[in-house]
Amino acid sequence: MAELTRSYEKYFRQNRLPHLWCPGCGNGIVMKAIVQAIEKKGLTQDNTVIVSGIGCSSRASGYMDFDTIHTAHGRAIPFATGIKLSRPDLNVVVITGDGDCTAIGGNHFIHGCRRNVDLTVVLFNNNIYGMTGGQASPMTPLGGKATTAPYGSVDRTFDACALAEAAGATYVARSTAFHVQHLTDMIAQGLGSKGFSFIEAMVQCPTAFGRRNKFKSPAEMLKWMRDHSIMKAAWDKLDDMKKGEAAGAGKFPIGLLYASSGGELDYDAAYDQVIERAGGAGK
Amino acid sequence: MKKARLMQGNEACAEGAIAAGVRFFAGYPITPSTEIAEAMAKLLPQHGGKFVQMEDEIASMGAILGAAMAGDKVMDATSGPGFSLKQELIGYAACAEIPCVLVDVQRVGPSTGQPTAPSQGDVMQVRWGTHGDHPMISLCPWSVRETFDLTVQAVNYAERFRTPVILLMDEMVGHLRERVELPEPEEIQVYPRRKPKKTRAEGYQPFEPDEDLVPNVADFGQGYHIHVTGLIHDDTGFPVGSPTVTEKAIKRLHEKIDRAADEIIRTESYFMEDAEYAVVAFGGTARTAYEAVKNMREQGMKVGLLRLVTIWPFADKVIEDLARKVKGIMVAELNYGQVVHEVRRAAQGACPVVLCGKYNMKSFEPVEIEAEIEKMVMDVEGGRA
Repeated sequence: MAELTRSYEKYFRQNRLPHLWCPGCGNGIVMKAIVQAIEKKGLTQDNTVIVSGIGCSSRASGYMDFDTIHTAHGRAIPFATGIKLSRPDLNVVVITGDGDCTAIGGNHFIHGCRRNVDLTVVLFNNNIYGMTGGQASPMTPLGGKATTAPYGSVDRTFDACALAEAAGATYVARSTAFHVQHLTDMIAQGLGSKGFSFIEAMVQCPTAFGRRNKFKSPAEMLKWMRDHSIMKAAWDKLDDMKKGEAAGAGKFPIGLLYASSGGELDYDAAYDQVIERAGGAGK
Repeated sequence: MKKARLMQGNEACAEGAIAAGVRFFAGYPITPSTEIAEAMAKLLPQHGGKFVQMEDEIASMGAILGAAMAGDKVMDATSGPGFSLKQELIGYAACAEIPCVLVDVQRVGPSTGQPTAPSQGDVMQVRWGTHGDHPMISLCPWSVRETFDLTVQAVNYAERFRTPVILLMDEMVGHLRERVELPEPEEIQVYPRRKPKKTRAEGYQPFEPDEDLVPNVADFGQGYHIHVTGLIHDDTGFPVGSPTVTEKAIKRLHEKIDRAADEIIRTESYFMEDAEYAVVAFGGTARTAYEAVKNMREQGMKVGLLRLVTIWPFADKVIEDLARKVKGIMVAELNYGQVVHEVRRAAQGACPVVLCGKYNMKSFEPVEIEAEIEKMVMDVEGGRA
């Protein structure tokens, strides 16, 4: 039998593995999808920086063999903004979680989208605060159980993709840990898209979310993703009433949800014009 | 002949930053520091640098730390509530050893306080505002020209020690306009970004301390594949949950500054040769204290002024020596009493230390300081202090 090719292994710091994530966690799937997307787009380990916030997802940066920075809770996008503006030649990938990106970092997220800095932001959405043991996040489903929502969450959830699009992100996609190849493609397209690219990756958290919300196993959570996701093309064919019914049943579209027609300048390109108008030369 | 200019303290700060090589500034408007951001927005693109107005003070602090890791010299400026918001990432910069300068142009607090009125109420927040054990370097100018010089110095210290440095200004100096002659670029000493001394093949470790205990952390994009974190880490940069590593890491952060403290700590003395009483002051208040002391000298009173140029690390030895020489020390500061406690600690009981504080939106008048000096003298001579 031919040996499996594992060309992506070079993108990991082997001496930092195994990772700290729980058995059955989906974070490793997304982390692998990111490096495979990086490989697919031909980015190198020397010209790519991985920036993460705080939380389970954000520990990924430590395992990835690039220049990496594990920043403060919610602040990955501001750090990434500084890195990209300082060194526009570097590819900057942000790894964040639902709490990190949409709660404590929510304002940075929308302003990152608005500025259209050329970043690729991958949100690991596990619907919960995993690192601290299962508290409700802004993406815990309405009625979902969490240690801080023992009777079910009464907070409505964000649709992070709709938020990104409304705030000005120029590439917005969603996929899941079940759809590994699709997820990799969505991230790769985001890496290739100039401007602020946002990819929501749904991941299973069996420990902090699944076991409190009637999922008997990680596999059941993956099956739930399979059964509740609808490809964008199929979703678009639904009329508004059907979309409402689908959403009411917990279904959601995956795929490329929004891509700008390319009219906007990304922030670096816009700033080059500022430097030109100011009569400035190189640093 | 050098060209003299009429310049504001905040503008001089921006000019100093450019001269020191700052090429990235992220900021958020807040009185009375806003002119620094405005000047940087104008100057930076002219020098190929970038200014970004971020969505809040936390974001601007994050952006400068990112840019610093990517190789730029960086600065940010704020005041009052904004300074409070930045505290978490000041600690991040201390722990991850990222060079950066933060300017705090003090205004009256707590909270929104009195946004346009002068104060010197952030001295302790500069030192202890972020959580955990960390060292701090903070410089405090009293004139427009010195604001320029100390901004350059602040950037140099940030780069040399790979640590956050806080330029502690106050509204009086920030909004003061004076005639200044700025030095020529060739007269300005600029500390370059530290570079790795080993290759990866030679076993380079990004947080391995050099002889001065400061690590030569590679900038991003140099092929070193370094990891940076605000978790306590060892020389490799990766987090370690070890008591030994934690103790060593926290100790080194302090020792790299402590070792150079004598060089960093700068004070200036006026009329001190035969002084029997001393005023200790800093920033804008030191200007008024200088006037007061000069007036009293003219009346034949043996009083002098010690000005703290470096606020942190604190000038313990200088104060201790001073306390042994004089009969009494008065600390004039525009707050309810902060530096006075440090002076009292450093004086170790060698002489009485009293406070001349003010917190009513107004800066000191020389006569107020003179009256308090007279009171101190009477109390000491009368055995009441």
